[in-house]
Amino acid sequence: MSNIIKVGMADLNVCKSPDGITTLGLGSCVGIAIRDPVAKVGGLAHVMLPDSTQIENNSNKFKFADTGIEELVKKIVALGGNKSRFEAKIAGGAQMFSFQNKSDMVRVGERNVEASKKKLKELGIPLKAQDTGLNYGRTVIFYPETGAFVIRSAGKPEKTI
Amino acid sequence: MAEKISFQKVTAEYYDVLKELGNIGAGNATTALAQMLQCKVDMQVPQVRLLNFSEVGEVMGGEEQIVVGIYLAVEGDITGSIMFILEQNAGKALVSKLMGMPASEGEFNEMEISAMKEIGNIITGAYLNSLSQLTNLKMLPSVPDLNIDMLNAILSVPAIEFGIMGDQILLIQTRFTDDVDLNGYFILLPDLESYTKILSALGLSI
Repeated sequence: MSNIIKVGMADLNVCKSPDGITTLGLGSCVGIAIRDPVAKVGGLAHVMLPDSTQIENNSNKFKFADTGIEELVKKIVALGGNKSRFEAKIAGGAQMFSFQNKSDMVRVGERNVEASKKKLKELGIPLKAQDTGLNYGRTVIFYPETGAFVIRSAGKPEKTI
Repeated sequence: MAEKISFQKVTAEYYDVLKELGNIGAGNATTALAQMLQCKVDMQVPQVRLLNFSEVGEVMGGEEQIVVGIYLAVEGDITGSIMFILEQNAGKALVSKLMGMPASEGEFNEMEISAMKEIGNIITGAYLNSLSQLTNLKMLPSVPDLNIDMLNAILSVPAIEFGIMGDQILLIQTRFTDDVDLNGYFILLPDLESYTKILSALGLSI
């Protein structure tokens, strides 16, 4: 029996094969899935903002791409993952509305994607696939056993990257 | 440490002010809705709730539920944004009433989207008007933008703005009743600088 673990907004969690892990309705937020394909452990982070150093109230590390990915890596290692084998996939970072009035909020989805890729690169974790941008929401399910990252959107066929 | 405490205090006060403004605005929006539809619309006392990011989707009826989100920028003395969220069925019911024809099946068609934008325009305009009168500050709404998608995806936009300040989102839930129950949610997002202006316009100091 396998379970699907749910991750909320500004949250993250880890799981072991055959379990999967999901987050519902990513909009401008980004979902970062990382796994160790040998140990078959992995996790998923649902980050909202690109950079913790730009925000005064940054105690929730799971909220930011930079600190969120660091915490996710730590948790997968604690579950038995080997960092040198880690690989990642990302999804989300949509622009849900065509304008956003504040300069620092402009393109926040795109900036979340950029910050996530930058952090992964810094940690030496290869990015295997991504499904990001555009203007619609995405529900994602990640299976550390196979690395399948299933993406569902309203009114669109399901896809796996 | 002292800095952190004062920040939290400001945040708490900020929510209280938004809460009060939300109550007043929702009443005006209901009146505007009744005028537009030319029928009596009852409104229950709005519920103002401060919710954690992790629970907000579930509380509003499910993270993947399809909703209509209408988002406007506010300019003038106050800058920020306002969002109005309506369940898809409630949106369809309103549009069909406004246009005097039965709702289409499935997704909104182009005409329904444009009618929905107009409804959003009127409701949020009435909302802003009452806040403007109360504070004597100019608030000019932009042309509304609309998206129909999963609740959490729509919510991510205001949640990210609240996320700059903390880990909770302030939601003003308004239940309109005419023939059917219509659940609508307002989310007000004045910029932090505008918050100071609102506070002092209401005779409060920081």
